[in-house]
Amino acid sequence: MSFINYSQKEINCKIVYYGPGLCGKTTNLQYIYNKTSPETKGKLISLSTETDRTLFFDFLPLALGEIRGFRTRFHLYTVPGQVFYDASRKLILKGVDGVVFVADSQLERMEANMESLENLSVNLAEQGYDFNKVPTVMQYNKRDLPNAVSIEEMRKSLNRRGIPEYQAVAPNGVGVFDTLKSVAKLVLTELRKGG
Amino acid sequence: MAAQLVMYEDEFTKINAICDRLAKDANAKVVFLVDKNGQLISASGHTQQIDTTSLASLTAGNVAAMGGLAKLIGENEFPNQFHEGAKDSLYMTIVATRIVLVVIFDNRTSLGLVRLRIKKASDELGRILESMNRRNSRPEIGSPFAEISDEDIDNLFSE
Repeated sequence: MSFINYSQKEINCKIVYYGPGLCGKTTNLQYIYNKTSPETKGKLISLSTETDRTLFFDFLPLALGEIRGFRTRFHLYTVPGQVFYDASRKLILKGVDGVVFVADSQLERMEANMESLENLSVNLAEQGYDFNKVPTVMQYNKRDLPNAVSIEEMRKSLNRRGIPEYQAVAPNGVGVFDTLKSVAKLVLTELRKGG
Repeated sequence: MAAQLVMYEDEFTKINAICDRLAKDANAKVVFLVDKNGQLISASGHTQQIDTTSLASLTAGNVAAMGGLAKLIGENEFPNQFHEGAKDSLYMTIVATRIVLVVIFDNRTSLGLVRLRIKKASDELGRILESMNRRNSRPEIGSPFAEISDEDIDNLFSE
């Protein structure tokens, strides 16, 4: 649910990066943080464990520029991917405007991808959202790894809905901004419809 | 799913005035108003040294986590939270179910005074927010961004 402030001339939208543990959600945010100019971004906040696993969420505020005189700000969040943090994931989905599903391309993580996607759909429904209507983008991450599953295979398992999809190698930034732009566009388009 | 939150100039002015007055009356350092989804609505007092965007997001995360805990033990939510620090303390109150009023204060005031002033301010804020909620849920109000064109959206990403 976006927040429009007429007085300050601002639109604020919330994007959540979802996906199984260690798929690269935090890495996406870190890359975006490192590659954006200081005046467009806020602090990257990571609530993580001592071993750098996300405990609650990562948060990065980003200003994209103006649209019809309104400053557009996107608040990017990640969820903790590990299965047992489900209660936290539900909380972070509250008020979401757009979702990036980060899938791990490695063969041995395919089951975890599917489980996480199913979990996303269930958790969205619990918040009153229909997964098929929430602006969502699919990112196939870790494409550089030798054990990466073919795109066709990933599409068949994870993207039957036919949402926009991007291949990525998040630590090098491949596909990271394409994914972000795509979900931002979907969210703004939804806003236009009055969603 | 909750309706989109839209705030107009006069509401913003009224809300800011209430937050300013609360900061003064409670002798608090800073007063924030944050949407439960982590969007900052208003900030009053000595806000210069504080990263307000991060504060808003972490407040929302905290309130969400405590709300989750409340439900686990059969409560609907914990409407008030107090965190005591060595120098500064923080008080959070949920207003009109979807907004959080955050007051940061030090030993120049007391918890009792802060609570008293928060009570009055949150009643006033509640009335404004209820009227915003009612207006936002009226179906005849279309999206104020219905006029955005594809070109407008593309322009954001042109650089």
